[in-house]
Amino acid sequence: MPDLLARVFMVAGALVVLIGALGLIRLPDFFTRLHAASVVDTLGLWLLMAGLILLSPSWVVTFKLVLILALVFVLSPLSAHVLARSALSSGLRPWYRHERTRRLRADKPKADKPQSMP
Amino acid sequence: MIEFINAAADIVLLALLLASAVMILRSASPLSVVVISTIYSLTICMLFVVMDAVDVAFTEAAVGAGISGVLMLSVIKRVDEPVSRNAANENAWPSPLALLCAAGLGIMLIAGTLDMPLYGDPGAPVHQHLVSRYLFESKIEIGIPNTVTSVLASYRGYDTLGEVVVIFTAGTAVLILLAGVTQASPVSPRPGFMAAPVIRRVLLRIVPLVLLFALYVQFHGDYGPGGGFQAGVIFAAGVITWGLLSRTGTMQSIISERWTLFAMGAGVLLYGLTGIAGMFAGGQFLNYSVLAKSPTAGQHAGILMIEFGVGVTVAFTMISLFMSFNREEP
Repeated sequence: MPDLLARVFMVAGALVVLIGALGLIRLPDFFTRLHAASVVDTLGLWLLMAGLILLSPSWVVTFKLVLILALVFVLSPLSAHVLARSALSSGLRPWYRHERTRRLRADKPKADKPQSMP
Repeated sequence: MIEFINAAADIVLLALLLASAVMILRSASPLSVVVISTIYSLTICMLFVVMDAVDVAFTEAAVGAGISGVLMLSVIKRVDEPVSRNAANENAWPSPLALLCAAGLGIMLIAGTLDMPLYGDPGAPVHQHLVSRYLFESKIEIGIPNTVTSVLASYRGYDTLGEVVVIFTAGTAVLILLAGVTQASPVSPRPGFMAAPVIRRVLLRIVPLVLLFALYVQFHGDYGPGGGFQAGVIFAAGVITWGLLSRTGTMQSIISERWTLFAMGAGVLLYGLTGIAGMFAGGQFLNYSVLAKSPTAGQHAGILMIEFGVGVTVAFTMISLFMSFNREEP
């Protein structure tokens, strides 16, 4: 039974990572690609690791896998954050579907800020 | 099926290696060269894992993909005028003579590999001579499970001493070149980057874990993959991460540069003195068997000592280099 469950987890994880890879190729700009790579990878790795934990032969291996899981859970979003932040601060602008929106946003840089509540 | 997957993994990794090598040749900015060479190191690290050379993969991941990137980026930041390749030469063909020489050398190298035994062939000469002794006798002679550590630290302790001296010498040479050089614009991240609380908070909590892991790798090297080289680099990586997160000068005010220099030499000294202790106890240079009552206990003690020396030298060489790249203007 845990064998079957492990297989389900790992196939699901592989599919999720595959979707992420497709997104990395197909999406239009740096930020959307980063989003595809990081968010999806975290979930995919969790599913793969869950499968491996079910298959692990001893508690030591389980513990190590859980440790890796915890580190990836923290560090993978963090590295995506660092990348996105430094891209934005070095002047890369996010992609918009319509050129008009991009120009509007570029003219009014404050437009992104949330309006203060009245 | 397994063989097919292994072959596929080999081909994909080697293709990635080749692609990143070509990209390094073609890229115009030093920054992208550094980034791509990090990818190159990570790929070659995975190839080492495929070859079951976990200890080497460990080192490659920590040095190639970790610290050398940071040090190279520090160098790029220091250079005022970033060296960019001439755009006009970018797409020009290399001279026919150079092309001929490179092609000739390549053909000779490929012809040379034809004489070599197949990868993993147990009948290859290299597996006939000493390897069987290392694999079968080291558990009795040295008494530790990790054969790599017994070969590195005991059977070939003299080679390893040479390696540590090389690291020490190279580090000293760079430090002499940089002596007294200070920097107007610090390498530390821009103020905007510093202000990101997520990065700071998470990394400041990770750094102690990294240091703890380095100590584990240091003292568990007899039983699993690891040892002084890996532990030293991981320790330095933790300290450097902390240094990148804090304001320039903070590191210098907490860790004295004099003491890092002292520690660099102390590691080599500890290694050499362990070797000389063997001579005084009635054996040869770097013979640990005579250090304790039983030979295996002596080997344990000797390996622990020299691995610690290696770790200290490696860690503090890296830290000194990073600190001298980031010296604040007085």
